[in-house]
Amino acid sequence: MPTTASPAHALADVTASDSTLRRFLHGLPGVDAVGLEARAASLGTRSIKTTAKAYAIDLAISMVDLTTLEGADTPGKVRALGAKAVHPDPTDRTAPATAAVCVYPDMVATAKEAVAGSGVKVASVATAFPAGRAALDVKLADVRDAVAAGADEIDMVIDRGAFLAGKYLKVYDEIVAVKEACGTSARLKVIFETGELSTYDNIRRASWVGMLAGADFIKTSTGKVAVNATPANTLLMLEAVRDFRAQTGVQVGVKPAGGIRTTKDAIKFLVLVNETAGEDWLDNHWFRFGASSLLNDLLMQRQKLATGRYSGPDYVTVD
Amino acid sequence: MSEKTEKTDLRLSVFKTYKLYVGGKFPRSESGRVYEVTDSKGNWLANAPQSSRKDARDAVVAARKAFGAWSGATAYNRGQILYRIAEMLEGRREQFVREVADAEGLSKSKAAAQVDAAIDRWVWYAGWTDKISQVVGGANPVAGPFFNLSSPEPTGVVAVVAPQESSFLGLVSVIAPVIATGNTAIVIASEKSPLPALSLGEVLATSDLPGGVVNVLSGRTAEIAAPLAAHQDVNAIDLAGADEVLAKELEIAAADNLKRVLRPQAVDNWSATPGTERMTAFLETKTVWHPTGSLGASGSSY
Amino acid sequence: MASVFEYAPAPESRSVVDIAPSYGLFIDGEFVEAADGKVFKTVSPSTEEVLSEVAQAGEADVDRAVKAARKAFEKWSALPGSERAKYLFRIARIIQERSRELAVLETLDNGKPIKETRDADLPLVAAHFFYYAGWADKLDHAGFGANPRPLGVAGQVIPWNFPLLMLAWKIAPALATGNTVVLKPAETTPLSALFFADICRQAGLPKGVVNILPGYGDTGAALVSHPDVNKVAFTGSTAVGKEIARTVAGTRKKLTLELGGKGANIVFDDAPIDQAVEGIVTGIFFNQGQVCCAGSRLLVQESIQDELLDSLKRRLSTLRLGDPLDKNTDIGAINSAEQLARITALTEQGEAEGAERWSPACELPSSGYWFAPTLFTNVTQAHTIARDEIFGPVLSVLTFRTPDEAVAKANNTQYGLSAGIWTEKGSRILAVANKLRAGVVWSNTFNKFDPTSPFGGYKESGFGREGGRHGLEAYLDV
Repeated sequence: MPTTASPAHALADVTASDSTLRRFLHGLPGVDAVGLEARAASLGTRSIKTTAKAYAIDLAISMVDLTTLEGADTPGKVRALGAKAVHPDPTDRTAPATAAVCVYPDMVATAKEAVAGSGVKVASVATAFPAGRAALDVKLADVRDAVAAGADEIDMVIDRGAFLAGKYLKVYDEIVAVKEACGTSARLKVIFETGELSTYDNIRRASWVGMLAGADFIKTSTGKVAVNATPANTLLMLEAVRDFRAQTGVQVGVKPAGGIRTTKDAIKFLVLVNETAGEDWLDNHWFRFGASSLLNDLLMQRQKLATGRYSGPDYVTVD
Repeated sequence: MSEKTEKTDLRLSVFKTYKLYVGGKFPRSESGRVYEVTDSKGNWLANAPQSSRKDARDAVVAARKAFGAWSGATAYNRGQILYRIAEMLEGRREQFVREVADAEGLSKSKAAAQVDAAIDRWVWYAGWTDKISQVVGGANPVAGPFFNLSSPEPTGVVAVVAPQESSFLGLVSVIAPVIATGNTAIVIASEKSPLPALSLGEVLATSDLPGGVVNVLSGRTAEIAAPLAAHQDVNAIDLAGADEVLAKELEIAAADNLKRVLRPQAVDNWSATPGTERMTAFLETKTVWHPTGSLGASGSSY
Repeated sequence: MASVFEYAPAPESRSVVDIAPSYGLFIDGEFVEAADGKVFKTVSPSTEEVLSEVAQAGEADVDRAVKAARKAFEKWSALPGSERAKYLFRIARIIQERSRELAVLETLDNGKPIKETRDADLPLVAAHFFYYAGWADKLDHAGFGANPRPLGVAGQVIPWNFPLLMLAWKIAPALATGNTVVLKPAETTPLSALFFADICRQAGLPKGVVNILPGYGDTGAALVSHPDVNKVAFTGSTAVGKEIARTVAGTRKKLTLELGGKGANIVFDDAPIDQAVEGIVTGIFFNQGQVCCAGSRLLVQESIQDELLDSLKRRLSTLRLGDPLDKNTDIGAINSAEQLARITALTEQGEAEGAERWSPACELPSSGYWFAPTLFTNVTQAHTIARDEIFGPVLSVLTFRTPDEAVAKANNTQYGLSAGIWTEKGSRILAVANKLRAGVVWSNTFNKFDPTSPFGGYKESGFGREGGRHGLEAYLDV
């Protein structure tokens, strides 16, 4: 599996200039908001039971980017998070590890230590997260720091101001530069902050800008604004990665982040993946949940399936 | 025309050859047939064309051809034209008073009342063209994020069996509501008293009404109505002037393409202000849905 | 569809519904046997299991039921509207209370997926009664003049595709306006109407106001030709609709007909493609395509044909066909062997006439009546499958080059029930909607229904409207 998106040759000339990129993005099919949300809601009525549920819960656990992005983060907090990512359920070692821990750049080294040898990745937000309001040099330095500290993945934010001002090529160039700063060792997740882009048409356009610029993942949100991941905006991004692969042969991952707190929610997202992008994305290399409290609910539901009893918060770890 | 024969001066009056009105033109019946029209006392008034099935078919073609532009015209424009018909009639009031008096055996003053009422009826319907949609259509508050609007649209080509007794006021009372809303009409004039209807054609032709919107046929009602009721390109039929037996036959024939049928109703007094029923009988309701923005469940409503 | 994420069976429990081994006719508030003792069996189309044995109404029963309805009419029509309203509100509430039971029942008797009966049919049924309940004491303000009068006894004949919903569309406005009812459900789906009879009893509805007569076409014919019926309402095939129109010719019976269709779903090159694909799927595969207003003709702009068909085929491959009681089933069973034979014959004709047939890989259950979702490409206006109503999960794909051509093709049918338009250009939506000769036009959506929204056809799709203020007219002497 390629870990890095190669330049999409079929669409190489799209990014030749500001105007070609604008024409391309504005030529993408429109999104009818009501229809999109109706489709997401309809997939949300799938009833996932018994064996399918057990599969989905383990898959979801393995897709979690266990996240702490607080001003109050300390090495102790990050170490605890790392330990949990490696062995989410202290009472049941068959529970899969999460995909990654996600921290600020200055916590990358600590996190690396905490998950060393486990296969759990360390992801770091960068580029003046969450606002992204800094000079490009500052953003790139932020990225290089994190990569140098050993980050396996970089979660960058796009310049929403530039995007909303119609300066798509600026957004694109910045992603390209960050991608370059990631080098070959780190995969790049591009955060759109969909809640600030406000329209579905914008989310679709941002998805294409990100993919054209070489994103390994496109990600909904920072978790720091009022509206984060929703079934509808994730569905829309899944359609984008599906269509992008059909046109270019390049597969890009999707990461909804923020607001996904329950097993029921997580399974709805997996249904969206399964029935939109397809089973090629049902793998933590291609789909992630940016979440913190979700993991405990997944673990409680997992215990319920194993024992037949409903679990409680005292039987999972607080961090 | 009895008056004409009574003229005492030496000048011989000029008779009018009454013709059909089809597609904006004044053809004779393609069959070449005419029949004698007499006044209420049996005196000869004129020879009227006796339309054939072929004339009926031609009229359907003309009415269909006219439907697109007429139904697509603005309601305001249709109103202006209907009002123009009233204006033109007003100018030929005396002629129609004479013809109605002859046709229905009325005194001049009673005939004049009929003609005046008929002129006023055009005015009444002229005002309806741009109001009926607001009265019978509207927005529907569906339980979901959708804009939903019902609007009336004309049914299409309507065959009208005009009333047999009220040769002019009754006639106008059944034609005007059909065309006010954008339908086109094929009218079978009163069999016994077709002359006011045929003269009306001359008025319509000079009222900016596009040719084919109203087509007037005279002749044997049953003979003309039968092919119209069975015609697959006629969308509706008004049976006002059909007797019970004929009405049933026509309604059965009309079922072949599910024409909208307005059954004959007893009308004591054509002068009474009509309701909207004659318009709504030949209107379809079209309901159009469109998504609005969502209710913001996703924070992104557009 | 073998997948790494295989959904385990998730069947809705049958135990919420208790189907008796036999049912009578519902006349004058009582369940009674047919005068001649005739019965027929109703089966579950997904398994061919016999669900129950139902009394079959004959002419004598029709006469009895009409007499009961006539007798009840006097008092029912004289009730204050506010009192009639309360009966209807009661019915709406009891339907909500029993909606899971009724959804399962409908799925068993009809074969449609529980997802649809649970999320579409039953909520709409309750909403319809709730809506018309509110009209009962406001008829003076409905735009039909002061104190509009009911017609009398309504004879109503409904189809099998939405048994309880069609019952609601017929009975709710009839009762709200003060009429009494004799209703014949379809012979393949009589059960929900008989459960509704029980709901009428629970609601304390006066005897004779609603009478339910299961039976075949001859029962319906006897009902619509009964001389003491004042109003005939029929939903079903155009052929039967014409027969009924001939039957009532020359009488004073008021007639409304909701008949067949061959709806065009028009997709322009600037459509919101992903939503259009969903709309196409909803348009023709909702209820296995057994919907009079189905978007059975896809008119796609030639310039995006390949792209759209690829998306559509990919989407069809995710449809889940199987046990209608499974909550994840998208496509259920065809309602009857007879209907399956009709669909089969028409699709065979489509192939014989040279259209190209495609279905996703799809395993059909071994018992019951099933038909895989089917797509025909290379279809022209001259093909039978582009003209005849198939009433099954079969989509005919045609192309067009310009909006004018799209409109011309869409209107080139004897029907005129529904149409769809997909484009992001507002003025094009309005212009095309204006020119389509169809009673319901869905733009950038499809198959949406609401009790406030009038529904009905142009041309041979019938006349009269059901739903909304417009729906009152059919039951008033105006």
